[in-house]
Amino acid sequence: MISVESRRAFFLFLALFAGLLLVWQLSTASAPERSPYGIPQGNAEYQMLMGHAPGTTQTREGFPGPARFVASALQALHAPFHNNGPSDRGIGWQVGASLLRVAIGYGLAVVVAVPLGFLIGLRPVIRRAVDPFIQILRPISPLAWMPLALYTIRNAEGCGIFVIFICSLWPIVLNTAFGVGSVRREWLNVARTLEVGWARRVLFVLLPAAAPTIITGMRIGLGIAWLAIVAAEMLVGSSGIGYFVWNQWNNLSLSNVLLAVLLIGFTGMVLDGALAALQRSVTYAE
Amino acid sequence: MPNDNALAPTTMAHDTSRPLVEVSMLEKRYGNSGPPVFSDVSFTIQPGEFVCLIGHSGCGKSSILNILAGLEQPSGGTVIMDGCEINGPGLERGVVFQGHVLLPWLSAVQNVAFAVRSRFPTLSRTEIKEKAEYYLHLVGLRNALDKKPAELSGGMRQRVGIARAFCTQPRMLLMDEPFGALDALTRGLIQEELLQICARTQQTVFMITHDVDEAILLADRVLLMSNGPDARLAESIDNPLPRTRTRESMHHETGFYDLRNHLVDFLVRRSALVSKGEN
Repeated sequence: MISVESRRAFFLFLALFAGLLLVWQLSTASAPERSPYGIPQGNAEYQMLMGHAPGTTQTREGFPGPARFVASALQALHAPFHNNGPSDRGIGWQVGASLLRVAIGYGLAVVVAVPLGFLIGLRPVIRRAVDPFIQILRPISPLAWMPLALYTIRNAEGCGIFVIFICSLWPIVLNTAFGVGSVRREWLNVARTLEVGWARRVLFVLLPAAAPTIITGMRIGLGIAWLAIVAAEMLVGSSGIGYFVWNQWNNLSLSNVLLAVLLIGFTGMVLDGALAALQRSVTYAE
Repeated sequence: MPNDNALAPTTMAHDTSRPLVEVSMLEKRYGNSGPPVFSDVSFTIQPGEFVCLIGHSGCGKSSILNILAGLEQPSGGTVIMDGCEINGPGLERGVVFQGHVLLPWLSAVQNVAFAVRSRFPTLSRTEIKEKAEYYLHLVGLRNALDKKPAELSGGMRQRVGIARAFCTQPRMLLMDEPFGALDALTRGLIQEELLQICARTQQTVFMITHDVDEAILLADRVLLMSNGPDARLAESIDNPLPRTRTRESMHHETGFYDLRNHLVDFLVRRSALVSKGEN
């Protein structure tokens, strides 16, 4: 049963979308090229002077309109996984390369950050000792690490992964520590009166109690990771969606740049949606 | 310790056997300056006895229970159970907490099973589930086994809490105002169920309440605490009513009103006098 409100929202969405397309179409509609000196368009000598064959109508290769974008996007998506060497790979291949980097760097971050967050959340001494480090390291833009990473790791692939690791680490550490630290005392007292060992306490009391907060941190971390990977790949990549964007800019193929930008947004949405589903599955009502 | 002559309760025959729990000279203070919350608290609990502790808020009732549970450390004095000093929580003491303290991500049966597994780690998965269901049936919960605590009513949640405490078969059950948040009807129902289970299992219970009628219905002995700060254990009164008493009929028993008036009198008037040193 679709409510009146969601139907209205859908129509409003359609209207906004149509308006956006219209603005796009109007602002990119190719105006006939005019000479700044008032020479008429059909002047054969002027056209030859500008390098065009006389008699042909000339449109500028400017920002693509919706129709041209769709045509070129369909072409790019027709064979998304083709691979003709480093400068001619399909866009699906590039997104896959970025996702693989994120999976490795982010996976490492989760593996390190969750136990570290538990330690910080459970031991106030460790929290105090570690806090200054975290407060200084956390606001550093992940790309600022790039020169140090390049010098130390000496491997473009490793640098990309390191950048992802370092930027998704902090939100997960902080959220895990907060979630574990604010588990209700009564629940821990229940575990104490039942003489529950530390492993069971961590796995069956602390982890499920803090899981919604931990996953919030993981969502923030993944969001930042997906932002950072594009910039990192522009700098070091020989593959990946960030590299693709920069390569297509060098090719002056704005259609492909636009396609890549939309694909980055779409992939980010899917990633966040996956974690949101995970979060719903561990959320509990008190 | 029992320093009251207004009511001469029939002396009970508890002093023949060795007490299960001996509390002596218990004291609790927060910070180094100022008076203690309570001090000089000594009492014993016999095996199979149901003891209620009554007092106004702030007299440290919950602290005493938490010390018995091993969740809090006393500032002075000792608690000895079965010849061993208590200095930490343990499975031989089951706790029913104030309000419900069920793990909200587990269903009712999983909450009880969590305790069963802690007490009997060698049992198989199905045996644990059967045991958990048995104890939930014992407290009258049959249809809501797989519901999460948030989907249960207050009374059902407290039933699950009681089942969780019983399923570990503790030597002593500690209950911290277990029915305080329930409506009168539900409270009465669960009180009678608790009474039946305790009678059947010979369970030793130490319970905190501030409901006089609840104490008279459930307790073999009522301990009265004076007002804090520096609260004392003022009186210990044996319940003269027969153990077969029920909620419907106990106000017809001889001695009910004497006992009730005595307890209410204490809470209204004498509890404050004791702490002023006019006792």
